[in-house]
Amino acid sequence: MSTTFDTIANIIAETCDIPRDSIKPESHAINDLGIDSLDFLDIAFAIDKAFGIKMPLEQWTQEVNEGKATTEQYFVLKNLSDRVDELVAAKGA
Amino acid sequence: MRLEYFLLIDRVASLDLSARTIRCEATVPQESTVFEGHFPGYPLMPGVLLIECMAQTAGWMLVATHKFQRMPFLAAVKEAKLRTFVGPGQKLVAEAKVVHEGSGYAMTEASITSDGKPICDAAITFRVTEFPNPAFAVEMRKRAEAIGLPSSEALANG
Repeated sequence: MSTTFDTIANIIAETCDIPRDSIKPESHAINDLGIDSLDFLDIAFAIDKAFGIKMPLEQWTQEVNEGKATTEQYFVLKNLSDRVDELVAAKGA
Repeated sequence: MRLEYFLLIDRVASLDLSARTIRCEATVPQESTVFEGHFPGYPLMPGVLLIECMAQTAGWMLVATHKFQRMPFLAAVKEAKLRTFVGPGQKLVAEAKVVHEGSGYAMTEASITSDGKPICDAAITFRVTEFPNPAFAVEMRKRAEAIGLPSSEALANG
């Protein structure tokens, strides 16, 4: 069974035509992989669909803009995977 | 339809909030300055306006979904296929459905037919945000009323 990170990495590779082996848990989606906000919508859609969740992108963006969170908390892939796992767990609770 | 004003929907024929589908009607005008350039001696509705018509159809669906509290802005058009020519006077039926409602974005699919024949279709992505200013929201409500989209009050009560 693939991990959350693997699923997300595969989605990014397929959606953004980025070589899968260049996508690491430490990769920052924006800074390292060069994914822009529009491409990230496609990724968000695929992640939402794959995990049956609704990633709160607006809330995350607001937190970053207000200085309450860093982009690393949401866009470094191992952290994004953790956030997705939390949302999946919350859905099942 | 008033092509020059980007008023591309004449009437909302049906709206199903639970199925997240909408069906709109529009008739291509007989006369338009757009036809002076597209094309001289061979008037055709521009493909970009057909895409805009599909986007407006899906957009009204999202406006209704959000009960006039949020505004969809066109962000991406994928798999757009323009299958046949559309000329002056042609009656169009535009339909759209919301495929996924994300946080701050929405994925939709839209199509246009005429006399039951496919004209065009596309997958359309929107960013969905607060209205940038109150006056814009008021104007959208007026336009919605003009085309027969249920009011925000009716949607809120429904």
